[in-house]
Amino acid sequence: MSLFDYTLKELQEKLHNKEITVTDLVDASYARIKEVDDEVKAFLTLDEENARAAAKELDEQGGDNPLFGIPIGIKDNIVTKGLRTTCASRFLDNFTDPLYDATVVSKLKDKKTVTIGKLNMDEFAMGSSNENSAYFTTRNPWNTDYVPGGSSGASAAAVAAGEVFFSLGSDTGGSIREPAAFCGVVGLKPTYGLVSRFGLVAFASSLDQIGPMTRTVEDNAHLLQAIVGHDEMDSTSADVEIPNYTEALKQDVKGLRIAVPSEYLGEGVSDEVRESIKAALKVYEDLGATWEEVSLPHSRYAVAAYYLLSSSEASANLARFDGVRYGVRSTQAENMIDVFKYSRRDGFGEEVKRRIMLGTFALSSGYYDAYYKKAQKARTLIKNDFDKVFEDYDVIVGPTTPTPAFKVGEKVEDPLTMYATDILTIPVNLAGVPGISLPCGFSSEGLPIGLQIIGKHFDEATIYRAAHAFEQATDHHKQKPALGGVKG
Amino acid sequence: MSEITKEQVLHVAHLARLAITDEEAEKMTKELDAIIGYAELLNELDTDNVEPTTHVLDLKNVMREDEARKWIDREDALKNAPDQKNGQFRVPSILD
Repeated sequence: MSLFDYTLKELQEKLHNKEITVTDLVDASYARIKEVDDEVKAFLTLDEENARAAAKELDEQGGDNPLFGIPIGIKDNIVTKGLRTTCASRFLDNFTDPLYDATVVSKLKDKKTVTIGKLNMDEFAMGSSNENSAYFTTRNPWNTDYVPGGSSGASAAAVAAGEVFFSLGSDTGGSIREPAAFCGVVGLKPTYGLVSRFGLVAFASSLDQIGPMTRTVEDNAHLLQAIVGHDEMDSTSADVEIPNYTEALKQDVKGLRIAVPSEYLGEGVSDEVRESIKAALKVYEDLGATWEEVSLPHSRYAVAAYYLLSSSEASANLARFDGVRYGVRSTQAENMIDVFKYSRRDGFGEEVKRRIMLGTFALSSGYYDAYYKKAQKARTLIKNDFDKVFEDYDVIVGPTTPTPAFKVGEKVEDPLTMYATDILTIPVNLAGVPGISLPCGFSSEGLPIGLQIIGKHFDEATIYRAAHAFEQATDHHKQKPALGGVKG
Repeated sequence: MSEITKEQVLHVAHLARLAITDEEAEKMTKELDAIIGYAELLNELDTDNVEPTTHVLDLKNVMREDEARKWIDREDALKNAPDQKNGQFRVPSILD
């Protein structure tokens, strides 16, 4: 039995009883990475020397909180002081010495977690498959011919492969939930504003959220608890009362009112996915919850609105990559404007350029009202859909993705087909509400299927309660991919 | 409806400070035209009386005292720079 078979709670007991040490956990993490990361390709940068030194120190100090001594991986768009942070972009290839920690990283350091390394992603978080990384494509641990999803694909794959106990991802249009679904792990996109974005390299500031990725719902709740809270360094971070998320897990779901949007089981959703969701609803019925079909009538406009809005915000946010203060500067440029133009040409990949172009176009004179403002109005209608459903229901349940993971290379040629992958996750970001993905079955090819549970603003507690009840009534989360010849 | 032209793409690339080749401009013209064409789906919506959403939460302006705080020192600020001189970022000449 490997250390990765234990939950956080069990690991803390073992640490407390001195059956294991933090050094053992960190050793297990690096041993597993050596064993399987040639296949999974999750890590861009390892921080082995510092992690081992930190483990030794923690073993001497001791401590007890649910996260004490736990090895974690961090998506490479979250800034880590002194540890290379590239956003999987050539532009930041040489950004080896960031000056500060993101607020979430500081908070985890306070809880004495150990950072194992930085995880691959789609460049600047733009993508749904990890194929937009400038370095290499992370693979799905369940079948390495398939993508792990994106953009937090490696954050999901590293947890599924047992390389780290949990990880942080970020989600702008589904970038935590889609890879969580594809890799069979639990991933939460918190309510917009719940988790500080300070130190998250901005993609679309009105949509981005950092969130936890774990094996189980309980672990996820522990990790969220550690990273939430108002932060004066992020003026969009919300000053709200934080509930005890693990307490919420103790409640059952009797009387829970579930809404199932008909749009989420309609055209484009594969039969296998639809059947898994129906089976999940049966589990909820047996647990005493009720469900009814509802409509989110503006769902079909979400992808179009999202690509206009997120690309517009991205075109402004990525203006900071100019080759002056950090990053790679083109050596061909002889004047200032060419420093910008050539450095950005050389540093950015194809998808990033495409989105900067789309966003610049949508914001440009003469097109602003027709595209950008129109998309903002569509966003209002999409948000109103959710508000209306939540007047009568506690949670919304449906699939996370229309299909399980697709093959590497299958969708790279057509941006619009790739964008449609996120059709069921994007509306959640536009509405700013929280959503989780957790395993609810497997396809005939043995690939995981994700169940998405969406809650009201700042009601992560009810999402966790619903997710935990389902997880405990099923055994999907106990399945593990066969990798490196041994089950993780 | 929308017909993105190569000239528009070159203009937008200049606004975005992206150097692109002629070949790339042609490819991007097709791609942007397809994406914008798809986005015109939004024209089905009657949004005359709909307020635009810039932010989902009721955000208020966050004010703080206008006072100097220690953040990073000059040496640190420069250590990731591609080029520097005399404690400043160095760039090619701006004026010809």
